[in-house]
Amino acid sequence: MEEAGKILVELCFGTTCFVMGASKLQEIESIIPPQYRKRVEVKAHTCLDLCKNATYMKAPFVKVDGEIISEATVEKVLKAIESKVNG
Amino acid sequence: MDNSNTTHLKREVLVRLIRAFLNQEMKDLYKLPFEMRPKNAEVPYRCCIYKERAILRQRAIAGLGFGVENDDEITSLNEYVQKAMHRDKPDEEILTVVETACKGCVPSRVYVTELCQGCVARPCVSTCKFGAIQIKDGKSVIDGEKCKNCGMCMSVCPYSAIVRLKVPCEDACPVGAIAKNEKGHAEIDFDKCISCGACVGACPFAAVHEKSQVIDILKQIKSGKKVVAMVAPAVVGQLPVSVNKIAQALVDCGFSEVFEVAQGADITARTEAEDYRERMEKGDEFMTTSCCAAYNELVDKHIPELKPFRSETRTPMHYTAELVKKKYPDAVTVFIGPCVAKRKEAQKDEYTDFVMNFEEMGALFVAFNIEVANCKDYEFANEASKEGRFFAVTGGVAESVKVALKDFPEFYPTCVNGLNPKSVRDLKNWAKKGQCPEGNLVEIMACEGGCVAGSACLNNKRITTKKITEYANSSKCINDLPEGESEKVSK
Repeated sequence: MEEAGKILVELCFGTTCFVMGASKLQEIESIIPPQYRKRVEVKAHTCLDLCKNATYMKAPFVKVDGEIISEATVEKVLKAIESKVNG
Repeated sequence: MDNSNTTHLKREVLVRLIRAFLNQEMKDLYKLPFEMRPKNAEVPYRCCIYKERAILRQRAIAGLGFGVENDDEITSLNEYVQKAMHRDKPDEEILTVVETACKGCVPSRVYVTELCQGCVARPCVSTCKFGAIQIKDGKSVIDGEKCKNCGMCMSVCPYSAIVRLKVPCEDACPVGAIAKNEKGHAEIDFDKCISCGACVGACPFAAVHEKSQVIDILKQIKSGKKVVAMVAPAVVGQLPVSVNKIAQALVDCGFSEVFEVAQGADITARTEAEDYRERMEKGDEFMTTSCCAAYNELVDKHIPELKPFRSETRTPMHYTAELVKKKYPDAVTVFIGPCVAKRKEAQKDEYTDFVMNFEEMGALFVAFNIEVANCKDYEFANEASKEGRFFAVTGGVAESVKVALKDFPEFYPTCVNGLNPKSVRDLKNWAKKGQCPEGNLVEIMACEGGCVAGSACLNNKRITTKKITEYANSSKCINDLPEGESEKVSK
């Protein structure tokens, strides 16, 4: 269970997401800017079930406070975190 | 080079190709560029949607296993499909440049940037031996006709205002085998190419492709033959699951059985240790390892004088394939690894039939909708050693020889960790002098870091190295494993 008030970043490390690029997100926790780090909780999942069937081409998927980011990259995820932090 | 966008594009094409094969929809493959870039779709990378589709079409041609160099642009994707479905063996050349994807980079040269302060000292002008730099409008300007690209001006500029513009593929190639042609596009000289894959990893436009054999492999599986997967030691950590689950996922895709190539690596280690002992006892100055396929190509094509110093030992892939064929004479063997050069080695190897890289393996799992984490733990029929399982990391091969030697007082190992112009020069010098000042057992890895840095890896080398180390450390020492089946193969 995530801590109250924290922004929850959920990384999908299922096969499809990992193959399509989630491997690049493995170390994202260490590159979150220091000013945001205490406000963010990062969780890795085996699969978020967003990639099946035709949507696999939009993998990798990440959820930031429930908001789905498709074709996720480090830049996209950091931008989403920044946007959530700044409201 | 770590590039999410190009990685995604290449792998999506592969997934679509494999899905089309599995769903018997190869006749619809002509739609691939249009499905990936449908009407009114966003154009993320190129000038227009038509250019993007043209590139995707050529990526699909490479995915079907053909070179793009001879594509007349009239032949439809479906005609390529027909050729792929009816061919007996893959193309001889294993790389192709997707011409439409090649940016046609600015030629490599030394260039004065806007950071030039037009200083009074002007060390660039006084340092240039060729009189190639003049001051115009208060700033340094290089005369391209006179400049020899020596870079001396770069080294003396107090503002670091002079840079070398690189062509990434040319810059990465250790043997000068790729260069821009008269049309400005990259072209591979296959007489020089050592198949190291450096250009594949270096191109930021992903213009250099391996010619995939995935359709050929799927055809073999579909025909009902016994198709055996041989996974390279670098497979550990490619996905965030155990190697046993990856092996089971391969079985779920239709492979009959999975062998660890680490088993063949044990044979390589023992054989190489004996070879080394014999050479040292008869007074040789040094011996190089022989398990890196790109290094072997380098010696054969560029440094033949190094041949006498290269071990005669065959590679882990060869020994593993031999074990498979001895056990199952009718089996089709497929090596699965991170390496471009293994495709070339397999063409010459009497026991290896096909090669699939890790990217293609990943695409296979996606196309089959396999969640590898949910697979059972596959049990390998044979055990491999700690040393064999560590072959994929720089230093692993030399360490395995050391352990297999048991006791040899004058053992001085050294590693060439990555082939580049400097290490190639060193190797030439050692061959010429007949001596290596660094050591008497020279391990050579074309990729910096070892096979874990191969161009077709799914995971980064730091994490993969950690996972391999954990896996190896949980395994028995090579000297505690019986030679068993390895004694039956030809050394």
